[in-house]
Amino acid sequence: MGAQLRVYKRRIRSVTATKKITKAMEMIAASRVVKAQRKVAASTPYATELTRAVTAVGTGSNTKHPLTTQAETVVRSAVLLLTSDRGLAGAFNANAIKAAEKLTERLEAEGKQVDTYIVGRRGLAHYNFRERKVVESWSGFTDEPTYADAKQVAGPLIEAIEKETADGGVDELHIVYTEFISMMTQTAIDSRLLPLSLEEVAEEAPKGEILPLYDFEPSAEDVLDALLPRYVESRIYNALLQSAASKHAATRRAMKSATDNAGELITTLSRLANAARQAEITQEISEIVGGSAALADATAGSDR
Amino acid sequence: MAAELHVALVAADREVWSGEATLVVARTTSGDIGVMPGHQPLLGVLESGPVTIRTNDGGTVVAAVHGGFISFADDKLSLLAEIAELSDEIDIQRAERALERAKSDADASAERRADVRLRAAASH
Repeated sequence: MGAQLRVYKRRIRSVTATKKITKAMEMIAASRVVKAQRKVAASTPYATELTRAVTAVGTGSNTKHPLTTQAETVVRSAVLLLTSDRGLAGAFNANAIKAAEKLTERLEAEGKQVDTYIVGRRGLAHYNFRERKVVESWSGFTDEPTYADAKQVAGPLIEAIEKETADGGVDELHIVYTEFISMMTQTAIDSRLLPLSLEEVAEEAPKGEILPLYDFEPSAEDVLDALLPRYVESRIYNALLQSAASKHAATRRAMKSATDNAGELITTLSRLANAARQAEITQEISEIVGGSAALADATAGSDR
Repeated sequence: MAAELHVALVAADREVWSGEATLVVARTTSGDIGVMPGHQPLLGVLESGPVTIRTNDGGTVVAAVHGGFISFADDKLSLLAEIAELSDEIDIQRAERALERAKSDADASAERRADVRLRAAASH
């Protein structure tokens, strides 16, 4: 076998192996998207009931709470960025980071200080590489977040917002995550999580429903006190789940195109290998023919 | 008025139990509270404790609930809990181990959680 042909054969083998791997990764991601979607669906009853309860307290009483009161002048905002731990997901992390950077820029233009909180190793690596300050970060659960993880993330954030601004507390909390719209579409969005505007929450609740006058046990303040952190946790949990579903969908798409590209490469390479083989055979034939002709000439000459 | 409650017991990541019931007893921060059909609209904070649901067909469902809310209106009752386990889902041995561990660590809330689990499992 000629050297050229051997090189082609080797490349075909390696690309075939790569294709097998990307194909497997595509299928794994596809099954994970379904799983993540199912988790989003499973968490919906809790989220809806919680929204209903928050609306009920919000409309049924005039209670003030640090999580719902808008600071007169916002000095510091917190931005929570949700990325993934692992790459191989196309522009998934890049888009989320870009959205967070845009939001940070906007907030800074409004004269606010920005504290950054990050979920996922990818986002953290991006910020560390640029030596930007990150207040707190979490990682290790972005593929399959649980409610306990959401609680862990929400804890310090709620603490920061309840602290006085002068002591290093924040006045508002924004969250940047990738919304799962469909298998093909996922967009990085930012939204303000805190302070919570009860009107907005009320809009989310089912329309046309007249909420009864609740009896609060032990009191409206205490209920709100316990309810709002749970609401924030549930929102963060939902964002984590959507982000996970989006990441798997992005991985699936990236791996699908990698598999397609590998297939194309294999076709091109096998064409080249075939051409090389043909050339080799042609050369061998012409060598044999040339050799035998020379031999025939030599014998004919000696006969004379 | 329908003489039954539509109960939904939901944990943060799943719906644990739903169905019709005649009486629900839960522990709020200000004491045990029993809800029957026709109760006044109610929104309360739950303590970690067992929740007893008496179903329509005379059966009883017991669940261990850790932190959450009870909300009731129009004969629809929802129990929202961060963690909720039905009594037959509870692994008694694991809960006992957790109780011992919590006792030796002097972790009051963990001890309480394990205790609630055990009691819910025992009443099953």
